[in-house]
Amino acid sequence: MIQVNYNTLFWCYVRQMVVAFGQESALRGDKKAMEYKDYYKILGVDRTAPQEDIKRAYRKLVRKYHPDVNTGPDAEAAEAKFKDVGEAYEVLHDPEKRAAYDQLGANWKEGQSFKPPPDWDEGFEFTGGGYTEGDPHGFGSFFDELFARRGKPSPHMGGDRQFSAPGQDSHAKIVISLAEAYAGGSRDFTLRAPELDPSGHVVLREHSIRVTIPKGVTTGQHIRVAGKGGAGMGQGRAGDLYLEVVIAEDKAHRVEGRDVFMDLPIAPWEAALGAKISLPTPSGEIELTIPKHAQSGKKLRLKGRGIPGKHPGDLYAVVKIVIPPTESAKARDLYEQMAREMDFDPRARLGG
Amino acid sequence: MPEHNALVPASEIVQPLTLNDLCRVCGLNADWLIELVEEGILEPKGTTRTVWRFESTSITIVRKVQRLQRDLRLNIPGVAVVLSLADENAALKRRLQLLENDPRYAIWMPAD
Repeated sequence: MIQVNYNTLFWCYVRQMVVAFGQESALRGDKKAMEYKDYYKILGVDRTAPQEDIKRAYRKLVRKYHPDVNTGPDAEAAEAKFKDVGEAYEVLHDPEKRAAYDQLGANWKEGQSFKPPPDWDEGFEFTGGGYTEGDPHGFGSFFDELFARRGKPSPHMGGDRQFSAPGQDSHAKIVISLAEAYAGGSRDFTLRAPELDPSGHVVLREHSIRVTIPKGVTTGQHIRVAGKGGAGMGQGRAGDLYLEVVIAEDKAHRVEGRDVFMDLPIAPWEAALGAKISLPTPSGEIELTIPKHAQSGKKLRLKGRGIPGKHPGDLYAVVKIVIPPTESAKARDLYEQMAREMDFDPRARLGG
Repeated sequence: MPEHNALVPASEIVQPLTLNDLCRVCGLNADWLIELVEEGILEPKGTTRTVWRFESTSITIVRKVQRLQRDLRLNIPGVAVVLSLADENAALKRRLQLLENDPRYAIWMPAD
């Protein structure tokens, strides 16, 4: 699933959140129960904290959870936190919104099912409109319910344009399978782009686009889809859509550049005696000779069987010795026989 | 630029980009990108500006730089430090994850 942010310069990380949370934003207006968010708790400040403390707490957390600082395995968790922190600050740094939020009372608990009282914001005037300098597309339904309906159409949108200009290039990220990277393919992706509806609400409009995935594309590369970026103004042509590619990895496969690493599970006797086996790889089944005394972790290099291309990568099959279960009496007998008859101490070299 | 087909839009792997290409794709001016090259954040192939070729991963990097500048109010050298530490951090985490999954460190047989 991909999502396009036509505002190419900003809030790119929100994009991924919109993928995760876009559904609930898109469903805004449904009378669905939602959860109360404790913005003070999220920023780790008292309800009575002065504005400077809120700013300080916010900056500290932004540094900690920024999606470009937190890459690797924890990235997703950090991104979710980052989004909450941004949303909390959006409300608490603005005295008007903060006062309105405080009006809800201090008795709500984080995560509690929440419905705003009908006149909760009576008497408050939001001078900045619902949306301020932050991009609210990635904020959750709690924020939406409280503040987002006040968005006004931006003066920059619509109106008569006397000039033509090419559309902006837009950017998004797509996740493809390893099989698609090897063979190429064509697939429909759902794009989500924020748009203003006639009453000035920001809505996520979905449309589908068929993307031809070129054979041999790998993580970090980009696919250009001509003419699918932002619409041009007047007679200007549309911009292009740039898709950053990520190959989905699973427990048994990982990708490094054009090289692919995969698990090669073998039985203890195959490891001990060597064996000729047949291994299903991303580019098809291959015959493989396992050398004698293969240890776990040993890498067998299969030249040119990585991601294909002008300079194809290599495939590394990483030996993983799998111990057979001892459920049957026969298996237990065999293990016991080995224990009796094999002179083997795996701890011989530990010393002490 | 390939012809745009309404049903199946033309798509292609983005080949190494010139300085001009990268300016256009990211909507930025050349001076700013040159600063990133001088700081070592972007590493194009080629010796002079006119023959520079940027890998398409540069697009991702440029967008990161913009976000870091805006959100953390960093200057370019600050961004460079953050990016290199974040890369190192990600590599270490990945390595740690691999080691934790490494069969040589795994407990194989549950105690009966």
